[in-house]
Amino acid sequence: MPLQPLLPAAALAANMADLHPPLRPQEALVEANRCLYCFDAPCIMACPTGIDVPAFIKKIASGNPIGAAKTILTANILGASCARVCPTSVLCEGACVLDDRDEQPIQIGRLQRYATDYIEQRGLSVLSAPAKKTGKKVAVIGAGPAGLGCAAELARLGHGVTVFEKQPQAGGLNTYGIAYYKLKPEISLAEVALVQSLGVKIRCGVEVGRDLAVARLEQEFAAIFVGIGLGDAQRLRIPGEDLPEVRDALAFIEQLRTEPLDRVPVGRAVAVVGCGNTAIDAATQALRLGADSATIVYRRGEEDMSAYEFEYELAKADGVEFLFHTAPVEVLATDGHVCGLRLSRTVVNAAGKAEQVPNSEFNQAFDLVLMAVGQEKQIALLKQLFPALALDARGAIQRDPLTGQTTMPHVFTGGDCANGGREVVNAVGEGKKAAHGLHAFLTQATARPPIQPSRLGAKTGATGSGLLQPIRAHELEAQVKIPGASPGAFDKTAANSSDHNAIRA
Amino acid sequence: MADLSTNLAGIKSPNPFWVASGPPANTGYQAHRAFEAGWGGVVWKTIGTPIVNVSSRYSALNSGPTRMIGFNNIELISDRSPETNFREIAEVKKRWPHHAVIASLMVETREQWHEFVQRSADAGADGIELNYGCPHGMCERGMGSAVGQQPAVAEKITSWVMEAATIPVIVKLTPNITDVTMAARAAKRAGANAISLINTINSITNVNLDTFVPEPTVAGRSSHGGYCGPAVKPIALNMVQACAADPDVRLPISGIGGIANWRDAAEFLALGSTSLQVCTAIMHYGFRIVEDMNEGLSAYLDSKGMKSITELIGRSVPTLQKWETLDLHWQRVARIDYDTCIGCNLCYIACEDGAHQCIDLKSPEKLGVGLGPGRVPHKPVPKVREEDCVGCNLCSLVCPVDECITMTEIPNGQSPMSWSNYQEKLAKGEMKAIPPHP
Repeated sequence: MPLQPLLPAAALAANMADLHPPLRPQEALVEANRCLYCFDAPCIMACPTGIDVPAFIKKIASGNPIGAAKTILTANILGASCARVCPTSVLCEGACVLDDRDEQPIQIGRLQRYATDYIEQRGLSVLSAPAKKTGKKVAVIGAGPAGLGCAAELARLGHGVTVFEKQPQAGGLNTYGIAYYKLKPEISLAEVALVQSLGVKIRCGVEVGRDLAVARLEQEFAAIFVGIGLGDAQRLRIPGEDLPEVRDALAFIEQLRTEPLDRVPVGRAVAVVGCGNTAIDAATQALRLGADSATIVYRRGEEDMSAYEFEYELAKADGVEFLFHTAPVEVLATDGHVCGLRLSRTVVNAAGKAEQVPNSEFNQAFDLVLMAVGQEKQIALLKQLFPALALDARGAIQRDPLTGQTTMPHVFTGGDCANGGREVVNAVGEGKKAAHGLHAFLTQATARPPIQPSRLGAKTGATGSGLLQPIRAHELEAQVKIPGASPGAFDKTAANSSDHNAIRA
Repeated sequence: MADLSTNLAGIKSPNPFWVASGPPANTGYQAHRAFEAGWGGVVWKTIGTPIVNVSSRYSALNSGPTRMIGFNNIELISDRSPETNFREIAEVKKRWPHHAVIASLMVETREQWHEFVQRSADAGADGIELNYGCPHGMCERGMGSAVGQQPAVAEKITSWVMEAATIPVIVKLTPNITDVTMAARAAKRAGANAISLINTINSITNVNLDTFVPEPTVAGRSSHGGYCGPAVKPIALNMVQACAADPDVRLPISGIGGIANWRDAAEFLALGSTSLQVCTAIMHYGFRIVEDMNEGLSAYLDSKGMKSITELIGRSVPTLQKWETLDLHWQRVARIDYDTCIGCNLCYIACEDGAHQCIDLKSPEKLGVGLGPGRVPHKPVPKVREEDCVGCNLCSLVCPVDECITMTEIPNGQSPMSWSNYQEKLAKGEMKAIPPHP
């Protein structure tokens, strides 16, 4: 029997309410006042976009939420969605020093949401692009977090930017691929509008390579940023995988975000194959749509799952069941519809590979199977678009991690297609880094992004990577290859010493 | 258990904690509640010719989410009749004979003072406190701080009171004066039995940035109010010590000003107070706070082997001396414990921008201090340049971790030398001038 929607709209609205509700003003004030206002704070270093967290929190504490939002959005144009979807416990909040004073870390994500909500709800604009343009034009392929992060930063540096997006709407996974209770699509679309307000042109429904040749872009634009993310869901290649109730988990999530919730069909007994964060999103949302059960099937043990600890806890709290050391070998059907999975027990062998245990197969009834075993790299597409582009062994685009420049000097990249698949905030940060790389390429001058006030005294101190490679001003002074320019034009400055005292002397 | 019983110039109470003259001491009902909660005494809200109050009387200074670290009021003295107040004093004394009830008074003429002093004694009050302190409202009518700010006037009025007094008289001093010991000496000359201080400080707590009128606002206007609460404690301690150390005063002191817990109380005792008066903390939390004050003070005295509060009273007074007597050769430096440092680097920026630039940010690898709690790999850690550290304490004050930064004495083998010694040695040619700091 075909699947049906299970719950009325009111019940769905309650089930899909924000996982972390917004802070009330008094709550925000109390929380903001807990912040120690660290100098050169670890939370800044842990943020891949380098938001000056203590500065924006101090502004909230003083009753200056507009200034707080400006601090956030200056560093991270997608600050509103990152406030909701960032795995803060392994990023900024994981680095909060209060954790080491046996206190709860500051709720940085929720405070960031408080500030960005404040201006969004009042329609205030805090960012602007310079009136004087450079006359340089950059094409951005893909309007996901990396493309938007790059486009916004380029616009703020005075460059002309056009973004090409094959989907009908911009925003990438923020619009189409995040659990509804974490981030509503309208938040993502508001961020798209913010990027457009800086003068960025976004052309949706245009697929580069099909509707528009790369050669045409290369004629019209001085440089290109590639932010095309990852490709289709990987398949297991087992019998029955083409049945109608076997779906890509990301397509299921996309349906939730593009259709009214009370028209999204869901099974009564849902299996989710895979155990990453997308699998958790799919399983918890299946339950919230009214499924009686959601079961995650994973060929390894819980110690190997790629989902974050807090996602796992959320799933368990929601009642998601887990079948560890289990792999599907066939999708079972009656009358052409899924009725279950044939499963095999697995064991991780000495080589670290999960292999099936002989004679351990069993059947379990399911009426919807969601595949969340990862996304394909875009190797074929990239080869088609840019035959000269070098990819690494995993199929990700090779690039200078500091500038985003690829082996083709006029092509820059960032986000999932370059890093193999990471967080939204990594994509924004890499897009921003690439914008500064592009700026250097276009103007033959090093961009001088505003250094956060809290870092002024430690210009040369922090040479480390922090937790996840945050942006650092001095890193951007790395050399950018410019055809025709004399080598060394962008040599690292002498200020790259780790000892602050060196410059005092 | 240490003995907390108190005797201030003959006014006895089971413990040193008195409810100060103010809104919590307005009625017999409140006095009963205070004594039931464990307070040792009540200084009645000032009795005088009944006044009329405005609506909207208090405002506060908050520190972030912490409410009322400072407090201000434009409420006047009692708005109840003297008959009512004296009748209730008599009722309270009847029920609580071993607790102290002190009548606070504020009137104008010699005859009025004589009358109110007599009525206080008749009601059974254990003592009288003369309100020469209120800095708002009453001073415009020649009373309150208008008296306290002129030692000669205060001395005159006190002498009128002493003519009629049969019970101990405490003169309450205003801090709104250049040198509070001048007023204390005037009280002494007039024959007062004790002094109490400080009354409230002239203040404006804040301005409403929408209406541009300071708080508390009364129909679009405000008025200077009397400031009190935890934020005034340092000012009060300073004035209490100044009076306690003055050989021309030598009067028992009832300490007032920001006392909110037993620690504050112990500090006031150590600087020369015999009894302690509390108002703002009661207005914030109620009379119940005295339970911890009594227990905490008693436990503290026990921990120090002191049998009674008399062993604590005045203990710290002689440790305060003129700056010119302090040892210029004594040195201490800041030392950071990397096992407890959480990496906030507040010490660094405080020293760098706010003090003497003697903390560097160094590579933890080079320093060999490892990561410790909460420090991110490669993130620079603060390192004190001890040869340049002046020992100012700032880093240890901003450090959010208890005992992470220790100010450590560095013996340098030099014998003590104060500024006075230095000047003498210079004059005698025994040493060269110390070169200025580079």
